[in-house]
Amino acid sequence: MRGRLSLWLGLVLTLTFVMAAAVSFLWVPQDVTQLAITNKMKPPSGGHLLGTDHFGRDILSMIMVGARTSIAVALVAVGIGMGLGVPLGLTAAAHRGGWLDEIIMRGNDLVFAFPSLIIAILITAVFGPSALNAIIAIGIFNIPVFARVTRGAALSLWTRDWIMAARVAGKGRARISLEHILPNVTNLLIVQGTIQFSLGILAEAGLSYVGLGAQPPLPSWGRMLADSQTMISLAPHMAIFPGLAILLTVLGLNLMGDGLRDWLDPRLRRAR
Amino acid sequence: MTFSTFRTGFISALALAASFGMAEAKTDIVVGMQLEPPHLDPTSAAAGAIDSVLYANVFEGLTRFASDGSIIAGLAKSWDISDDGLTYTFQLNEGVKFHDGTDMNAEDVKFSLDRARAEDSQNAQKALFAGIASVDVVDPATVKVTLSAPNGAFLFNMAWGDAVIVAPESIENIKQAPVGTGAFKFSNWVQGDRIELAKNDGYWGTPAKLDKVTFKFIADPTAAFAAVMAEDVNVFSGFPAPENLAQFGADARFQVLVGSTEGETILSTNNKMPPFDNVKVREALAHAINRQEIIDGAMFGYGTPIGTHFAPHNPDYVDLTAQSAYDPELAKKLLAEAGFADGFKTTLKLPPPSYARRGGEIIAAQLRAVGIETEISNLEWAQWLEEVFKGKDFGLTIVSHTEPADINIYARPDYYFQYDSAAFQGLMADLNNATDPAKRSEILKAAQKMIADEYVNGYLFQLAALSVANAKVKGLWANAPTQATDLTAVYWEE
Repeated sequence: MRGRLSLWLGLVLTLTFVMAAAVSFLWVPQDVTQLAITNKMKPPSGGHLLGTDHFGRDILSMIMVGARTSIAVALVAVGIGMGLGVPLGLTAAAHRGGWLDEIIMRGNDLVFAFPSLIIAILITAVFGPSALNAIIAIGIFNIPVFARVTRGAALSLWTRDWIMAARVAGKGRARISLEHILPNVTNLLIVQGTIQFSLGILAEAGLSYVGLGAQPPLPSWGRMLADSQTMISLAPHMAIFPGLAILLTVLGLNLMGDGLRDWLDPRLRRAR
Repeated sequence: MTFSTFRTGFISALALAASFGMAEAKTDIVVGMQLEPPHLDPTSAAAGAIDSVLYANVFEGLTRFASDGSIIAGLAKSWDISDDGLTYTFQLNEGVKFHDGTDMNAEDVKFSLDRARAEDSQNAQKALFAGIASVDVVDPATVKVTLSAPNGAFLFNMAWGDAVIVAPESIENIKQAPVGTGAFKFSNWVQGDRIELAKNDGYWGTPAKLDKVTFKFIADPTAAFAAVMAEDVNVFSGFPAPENLAQFGADARFQVLVGSTEGETILSTNNKMPPFDNVKVREALAHAINRQEIIDGAMFGYGTPIGTHFAPHNPDYVDLTAQSAYDPELAKKLLAEAGFADGFKTTLKLPPPSYARRGGEIIAAQLRAVGIETEISNLEWAQWLEEVFKGKDFGLTIVSHTEPADINIYARPDYYFQYDSAAFQGLMADLNNATDPAKRSEILKAAQKMIADEYVNGYLFQLAALSVANAKVKGLWANAPTQATDLTAVYWEE
């Protein structure tokens, strides 16, 4: 029951932000590229539900468009991680104990050994700050996560009798990996993907907070926080709302990940 | 027993109260600033942070800037100028000693000037010394400087931080342990954190009122705000977050000093890069910019609009802001005439200060309104110097030129905005040859008009000098006629 609750709560929170991002393509309360300096730092009111920032932009609109940036960066970063990490993990498991397995997994360890956010800062500092470079930087560090999860789960599957049956039937390693292993690790990957997605949003916010993520005029939650920093005592709403947006999205994704794990795990389901 | 404990306790409490009552005004001060100097030799680097710490405090020149920007006597107590304007004979103050105990005399002046103008000199402002033909020691207290051509700005040039007098005995370690003649001597540098100065008891002039000065370097605006609020620093010179000043002003513990600087904040335009090589495009740029919006949005109202590269508080300033008044329709029309009816794309590279970062976002929005799309990239100072200042790889950038009377940078075709005009270079040559004040004023006005007519850069506003200090600290400079934090007259009011 607990799992069900967190799943629904997580789903609602996550969907709210996905919807906000989707709606922002069609409509926002106010154009975020239009500045209105005379209307700056206004507290929340009927005209501006969440108030305005130091350039007089509507914070609700900024958060909606910022959600787009966050989701896009995190989604592509998870995509890079899955797209490269899963095949690597499957290959390593298929050749478990062999030299290929060694190379892949030690390569993973190497990437794991670096502090990811510092390297992300390094990458964006060298190639110039932009949303694209942030995506690449965050994406690279998703690869070993997915490779490891996939390999771990696949290893336990390889010893099963029905895999043996498939081998006896003459299927090769690659084909078994695709037809039998991959479908059975999908649950795990979805759960891990959700968690990585929330970490991606945090990483993007962190990078744009230090000025290395999406560049203005593209709004981003991290930069909204950075901009509000010196004005926090004058206009606290400028910090509170983007902060809440990050908090609630990450919380929602984590709850959803938890709920999904409980829901997808047959053993836990039977226990209920 | 109990009684005696009580009595001694009582007496010591009395003594304590008495000592508080007699407490004298504080004699130490902590000054916060944003940038830390890379080293401590003002005569071999362009970094303004060096002068901010050392100018007037540790090092002095023949002449010096007063707080209102006028030139007054420094180590030289008087001077005679020959009728042809070529020979300057300086009478030095006597009994001046360097902090290491050696005498400051004409030999040191000759050494300093010859070192600055030498072929292999590392001086960042070699142009200040370019007109010197020879420096001769007449006697230990008299030095004669001969110029190759008359230079009306010579005494002004000698007041710069780059022209301070150094000693041959201590020149080797000047970058770590500067030895000057000032009212304070250098005592300690904890890199990345602070520089400490101590009172120079053997100072030749009016002694400093403070015994100890600590410069603390706080780069982050939020940390700067917290440090002032918590009274960890007594003065913050060049406060980086103008939005917080109203708050300090409302707090009886603090005073806010708003003065003028020599910082012309401009939208620097790469004059060699198409389409900015077309004067019509630059003119359109000028009319697309709404200065007041930038001052209000980026600087929270602190700053004076300018229409040319000249400080408004200077008597020779010409107000040309009307010539580039905000008129987006005119800007669009000019762009269409230049063949960019649909606008164009360019880069806008921004260094860290908030005038640039915030001003950049506002300018990007204003340019977008007339069809010019800018791709903003936020750079750190080192990257900005490399890419923009040295590499000239930019379309637009925003920066404040804080050197005093620096309109002559437009006469340098290889300067980063790459304005190459023979007519302007001729004007500057005339200026150097002119000693008559009326004539100089006329030339300076013509120069201001010329760069405004050619819309070389977008002229935004004159940076305000913003400082916050404890309300009891007196004697601080409100204005910043040069980069300096002169503490020689600063004291604590009781």
